[in-house]
Amino acid sequence: MTATAPSRPAELPSLATTSLSRGSLELKQFMRDRRSMVFTFALPLILLLIFGSIFNKDIVPGVTFSEYFVAGMIASGLVYTGFQNLAIVIPQEREDGTMKRLAGTPLPKAAYFLGKGALVLVSLVVQVAALLLIGVLFFKVHLPSTPEKWFTFIWLLILGLVCCTLLGIAFSSVPKTARGAPALVSPVVLVLQFISGVFIIYAQLPHWMRQIAALFPLKWLCQGMRSVFLPDSFQVQETAHAWELGKVALVLGIWIVIGVVLCRFTFHWQRANEH
Amino acid sequence: MPASPCESAIVVRDLRKSYGDIHAVAGVSLEVEPGEIFALLGPNGAGKTTTVEILEGYRKRTAGDVLVLGHDPGRPEPHWRARIGVVLQSTSDNADLSVREVLQYFRTYYPRPRSVNDIIDAVGLVEKSEARVRDLSGGQRRRLDVALGILGDPELLFLDEPTTGFDPEARRQFWDLIRQLKADGKTILLTTHYLDEAEQLADRVAVIAGGVILQTATPATLGGRDSGATTVTWKEDGTVHSLRTDRPTEAVRDLSTRFDGEIPELAVRRPSLEDVYLAMISEREAQTAGATT
Repeated sequence: MTATAPSRPAELPSLATTSLSRGSLELKQFMRDRRSMVFTFALPLILLLIFGSIFNKDIVPGVTFSEYFVAGMIASGLVYTGFQNLAIVIPQEREDGTMKRLAGTPLPKAAYFLGKGALVLVSLVVQVAALLLIGVLFFKVHLPSTPEKWFTFIWLLILGLVCCTLLGIAFSSVPKTARGAPALVSPVVLVLQFISGVFIIYAQLPHWMRQIAALFPLKWLCQGMRSVFLPDSFQVQETAHAWELGKVALVLGIWIVIGVVLCRFTFHWQRANEH
Repeated sequence: MPASPCESAIVVRDLRKSYGDIHAVAGVSLEVEPGEIFALLGPNGAGKTTTVEILEGYRKRTAGDVLVLGHDPGRPEPHWRARIGVVLQSTSDNADLSVREVLQYFRTYYPRPRSVNDIIDAVGLVEKSEARVRDLSGGQRRRLDVALGILGDPELLFLDEPTTGFDPEARRQFWDLIRQLKADGKTILLTTHYLDEAEQLADRVAVIAGGVILQTATPATLGGRDSGATTVTWKEDGTVHSLRTDRPTEAVRDLSTRFDGEIPELAVRRPSLEDVYLAMISEREAQTAGATT
């Protein structure tokens, strides 16, 4: 476009440019915020070191609890970085003026969400690498043994990331205040971890508890991760005596659809009293 | 549809905003010309921020016609956003970034941004450019807010109570910054409850109370300041005497004759902006009190 009327604005920056810019800003803020580094990034690593060291016994011949726990902790990492982090940070940003200021700029709204997605992706990749490193070094965890298992691992991470990010953004509309957000979000995560087979072997939980857990994504993420990191002989220990990967994908897919719908209809850029 | 240079920057006709039975804005009309600094004055809860946030595209109006740079702010879109700058009331975002980083990131959102160094220089944050935002003082923080508001080189700038909490020195510097923006040809809509600020900066002021505009005028003529009664005070027999008159020159001449020369502690005072403003607000309050009882 040539220079015409002075009031005519030049070409707006693209969604790709602005999303990358947002992603970079998000990462920088994340790394400089001690709370997010400790509770989102470091916590799963610390939990793995503690639980892995305490319960380093065989649960069936050839499979230690530590190996079982690594699968659960990688699944939990998705929930921490995607769901928990966003559901706590977004209410803060609604309150401290971040979102209002952004809404006053030409930034495409999608760039805000894609920036959040980029943050979740980068922190997740680093976290999973660190969890695997600890698992391999200290707890004799085996990296995926076949290309198929690597493939499963990758699609589980992608579906899990999309699912947890969307649900985190959706859940950010629930807390009334930023101060109240952790008290609402953290218990949800903790309870799901207990009933989904992260800290306790899923098959040993009461039936009703498993029924509830089966409604939510974490149980299926854990099960999928076990299919990647435990020997196939362990399948008989699962409640369905199978890894049920098709069902894992289906449940995550349904939650992604629910997440999209919830974000679309409940997300707000400003505090409720400011419309 | 770009606005032609002679078109008003802002046109508001009978703007209304209601929350249930509460009418926060109850019929505001105003026009702001390009290149003008227009100040919206009023007590807390008068409807200043609600009005401005409707013009900024943050809130939906209940009724009325509004055009900002020829565009309906009820349907804000990025091209229009690129032409306006918004400085909100207090915020505390981006605390973990440095001043320069925040500006570098926000620069990528605009089609024709100004250079970061120029902006840092313009708002007087050169020495603080590498400091984290959380370590800035209130006044420095506000300068960063303005920096972010003018970063996209907007035609129209909204400033919502920009100097609340400033010390006198910081306010003077801030006023210079605003005057420079006017010299650059920007249109500015300012809300404030500091009358001296409005007097220093504004070409025109509108007094808003109870969701309606009581009067729009230049700071010098608001409330009949230029023609209204003048107060003449002097000291006589150990007490201060005071006389309100429409003919102050005559009063001084009479006194001068009476004292045969120097009049002790003579002062001739036209009503200040504060005097007329307070008179307008209290008159309005008396009217509403009368209407409800």
